Amino acid sequence: MTETTTALVPYEDATTRYDTVIGIEVHVELGTRSKMFCPAPAVFGEEANTSVSPVSLGLPGALPVVNEAAVEYAIRIGLALNCEIAETCRFARKNYFYPDIPKNYQISQYDEPIAHDGWLDVELEDGTVFRVEIERAHLEEDAGKNTHVGGSAGRIHGAEYSLVDYNRAGIPLVEIVTRPITGAGERAPEVARAYVQTLRDIFRALEVSEARMERGNVRADVNVSLRPAPDAPFGTRTETKNVNSFRSIERAVRFEVSRQAAVLDAGGSVTQETRHFHEDTGETTSGRVKSDSEDYRYFPEPDLVPLAPSREWVEEIRASLPELPAARRRRLQSEWGFADSQMRDVVNAGALDNIVETVAAGAPPAAARKWWMGELARTANERGVALAELPVTPAHVAELQSLVDAGRINDKLARQALEGVLAGEGTPSQVVESRGLEVVSDDGALLAAVDEALAAQPDVVEKIRSGNQGPVGAIIGAVMKATRGQADAARVRELVLQRVGEG
Amino acid sequence: MSAELPRRSAAELAALLASGETSSVELTQAHLDRIAAVDDAVAAFLHVDAEGALAAAAETDRRRAAGEELPELAGVPIAVKDVVVTKGLPTTAGSKILEGWVPPYDATLVERLRAAGLPILGKTNMDEFAMGSSTEFSAYGPTRNPWDLERIPGGSGGGSAAAVAAFEAPLAIGTDTGGSIRQPGAVTGTVGAKPTYGGISRYGLIAMASSLDQAGPVTRTVLDAALLHELIGGHDPRDATSLPDPLGPLAAAAREGATGELKGVRVGVVAELGGEGYQSGVRDRFAESIELLRGAGAEIVEVHCPSFEYALAAYYLIMPAEASSNLAKFDGMRFGLRVEPSDGPVTAERVMAATRGAGFGDEVKRRVILGTYALSAGYYDAYYGSAQKVRTLIQRDLATAFTQADVLVSPTAPTTAFRFGEKLDDPLAMYLNDVATIPANLAGIPGISVPNGLAEDGLPTGFQVLAPAREDARVYRVAAALETLLESTWGGSILDRAPELEVAP
Amino acid sequence: MPTLDRNEVARVAALARIDLTDAELDRLADELQVIVASVEKVSEVATPDVPATSHPLPLVNTMRADVPEAPLAIADVLAGAPESEDGKFLVPQILGEDA
Repeated sequence: MTETTTALVPYEDATTRYDTVIGIEVHVELGTRSKMFCPAPAVFGEEANTSVSPVSLGLPGALPVVNEAAVEYAIRIGLALNCEIAETCRFARKNYFYPDIPKNYQISQYDEPIAHDGWLDVELEDGTVFRVEIERAHLEEDAGKNTHVGGSAGRIHGAEYSLVDYNRAGIPLVEIVTRPITGAGERAPEVARAYVQTLRDIFRALEVSEARMERGNVRADVNVSLRPAPDAPFGTRTETKNVNSFRSIERAVRFEVSRQAAVLDAGGSVTQETRHFHEDTGETTSGRVKSDSEDYRYFPEPDLVPLAPSREWVEEIRASLPELPAARRRRLQSEWGFADSQMRDVVNAGALDNIVETVAAGAPPAAARKWWMGELARTANERGVALAELPVTPAHVAELQSLVDAGRINDKLARQALEGVLAGEGTPSQVVESRGLEVVSDDGALLAAVDEALAAQPDVVEKIRSGNQGPVGAIIGAVMKATRGQADAARVRELVLQRVGEG
Repeated sequence: MSAELPRRSAAELAALLASGETSSVELTQAHLDRIAAVDDAVAAFLHVDAEGALAAAAETDRRRAAGEELPELAGVPIAVKDVVVTKGLPTTAGSKILEGWVPPYDATLVERLRAAGLPILGKTNMDEFAMGSSTEFSAYGPTRNPWDLERIPGGSGGGSAAAVAAFEAPLAIGTDTGGSIRQPGAVTGTVGAKPTYGGISRYGLIAMASSLDQAGPVTRTVLDAALLHELIGGHDPRDATSLPDPLGPLAAAAREGATGELKGVRVGVVAELGGEGYQSGVRDRFAESIELLRGAGAEIVEVHCPSFEYALAAYYLIMPAEASSNLAKFDGMRFGLRVEPSDGPVTAERVMAATRGAGFGDEVKRRVILGTYALSAGYYDAYYGSAQKVRTLIQRDLATAFTQADVLVSPTAPTTAFRFGEKLDDPLAMYLNDVATIPANLAGIPGISVPNGLAEDGLPTGFQVLAPAREDARVYRVAAALETLLESTWGGSILDRAPELEVAP
Repeated sequence: MPTLDRNEVARVAALARIDLTDAELDRLADELQVIVASVEKVSEVATPDVPATSHPLPLVNTMRADVPEAPLAIADVLAGAPESEDGKFLVPQILGEDA
């Protein structure tokens, strides 16, 4: 069953000789309060089987009833993905035997999904935009959870028995299926990753799910196939499951490309199968071969009547959609006047919302960007933490900038103040006060310092008078040193020239 | 008084309760005594809950004494077909695979019965998972027809019909997917009604064919059936297929019908039902009933529903297909029987197969395999898909027929009660028992069977009345009229002529 | 029309997770062939212009509000379980793909 050594072709090599086609199926758990087809709570604690009703337990006699909120969420998702919302659609039974589905059928949608024929523009890190065609989005119910006991490392093969918890059974899911994604070429892994990330951001913006991949709120299955050229027919695809993070998506695609290229290079053919991704090794291994057992015997669910979302309701939902992440980014970029590359850097660094809040707190956008992408990003990097984890808030940054704008501190002093904030000494104003970082603005004190510096370098005066501006810097430097950097350099220059002029 | 109480109709008993001439406890005890006396012979009950029934009866008596306003049938005991889940009472659906299973919840109709204060005497026998027309396929042994203990009481709800025919209960609940209330009614001389699809909640009915199943009343009089139907019917938010509309006045319709006046009512005789293949006594009684209706002022017309020729075939594709999916949950994992394979690895898959192999009877296996086949990849269009189209044709034929007639009528079943074992060798012969009742389930329209005499063999025959969807009142009106007319010719109920059952010592 | 012969019955029985003895397989195959032969005729009238009816009465949009209700008590959930452990249903080992 397990391959001894998997032959691989280096990724870059593989992509020069084969064209990659991918397809992605994403399941998102909807954040409704009750389950898809019954009123058992959708939010539950640790204790197993404490959130089931006769319906979600699949007891004889129990009947499903559709959760209206789940339908609304599904329509929201469909609209955000530019889909057509079905005028009428039905649920269907997908029949197969497995202990984690209590009825031994799953209520899903087959040939009548609630949303279909949409698209999503996905922005890659370098700014390239790639359009992913969406075939469909449909509603279905989740399965329970099996825990395998005994055997090796808790995996099924060699397990003695399984324990089943049906808390999750019946949780609403929306499944989103792409059309085959062509034209990504060697960037396919990136596109796959970016697509799922973009979806995740949309789910959060729509407030239909917490959308945390690490918690299983968002699950992705990745299909990969190779063909000798972009105009050749599609090759045989594999489906890789258990891809639990964005990075894994990218790695799984890369691995499959390398693996399938090796198979094809050797003159073999790719087996159509389901594969399992391994986090630790970044490899995929063979799972179940798709076979006769996949005859799901779909038929329209007789216990549920068709859904016919009125066009009025759909438009109501459309009107209530929040601004989606991509549109928001474009608007902010325009408002802030950032260049494309600047905006991209901000997004990639995860600093977008920090800047939004800093601007909201009164700072100019360019300044906000300067602090978050400069000093703070550097600090976060040094400390090995995310920006969000630094003990400094957008309000702090805005306050800091306002001190600079008011002339009370200069850039260098501001950096020192920031250090103080990061050290937990208080707000910028408090740090400036306690550390005595204020710029010396009293002309009297400055003149005294200027005079002292001039006196110390008498020959400089002559040089300046004769038109040589160079030594001015030296005087300014001396004054800055004398004032421990707390003088406004521009004002010092003015005073030096004034003094020399008075000569 | 007690000994004769079980002979009364539910409406009469309700009146006695209301007037204080009897109590629910006395009434319930009288029926428990009757069950003890005859059920060894009849075997209508799988489980009798004397304690629970008497406790519920006492509670209803207490409520009545406290001056609480109660529904008409409050305090009248009732039996429930074992396909309906009852919290705390074993529910087997007539199958070994559910032996000993005690549901943790009540069906909606049971909740309504309890809220209305009807004591539940127990659970009645049935063909396993409601698959059958004779109750011979019960895993717990057959029920016997009180008219002749060597004959079947019909199926799948033979237990409920026999219980009512043997005066063990004045009321019973049945379920009807292809005739399982109406056909037993016909062969036991009792009344059985199937509502418009969605008229009574299916929440808590162990599903056979979801788009065909309906619960309904099993009684000795049409009025009793209407009263029970009103009590348990109506919208249920837990059943997405239940009708949102109010039921309409059914008991009133029955009372109106009981005047025997049918002027202006157009009665359509379905040409395709009641001809060849129907026992002569069945046809004779049917013809006589038609004459009685004509005499009461009804206009008799002949209607044609040519698609009925395909109804049986469509039914025996749709029903097994849906049942094959509905019965998948019986796998030994969460409840019910679990059987391990005798040799080889003990895996979930093999335990499921061993459990179902051991726990399902022959008829269930036949239908589950047939249904799985009909839904299989490559066969869907030819079988299940085609059958769903026949359904459309049947609805169209009925729609046309109902422009010509207000109700449609036919004999309920082609024959009277046959002997045990007579049809077991030939599944098709067994299926033919439902040929007249199946169209109503496929179309979702209401139907009732009312006793209309005895055939040449001295066994009861039934008269079926059908109406358009949501027009249940019509079936009650016409059936009540016929009942009145017949009983006046008989000088009493048909059951007066049933042989006295030997009482157990 | 494809026939429901003994092999096919065996295949379908496996799909439906029902163990059959050889004797049962033989008998069922015979019976089912007769039944299938008699129900096949539905395709005669099931022409493309006739729509399929999946629900007898044309209701639409029956839904419920997203309001949670008290779940079943754990004792009730596990009451009928053939085997359980730690509040979960204990089932024999599952072959096939990992969950």
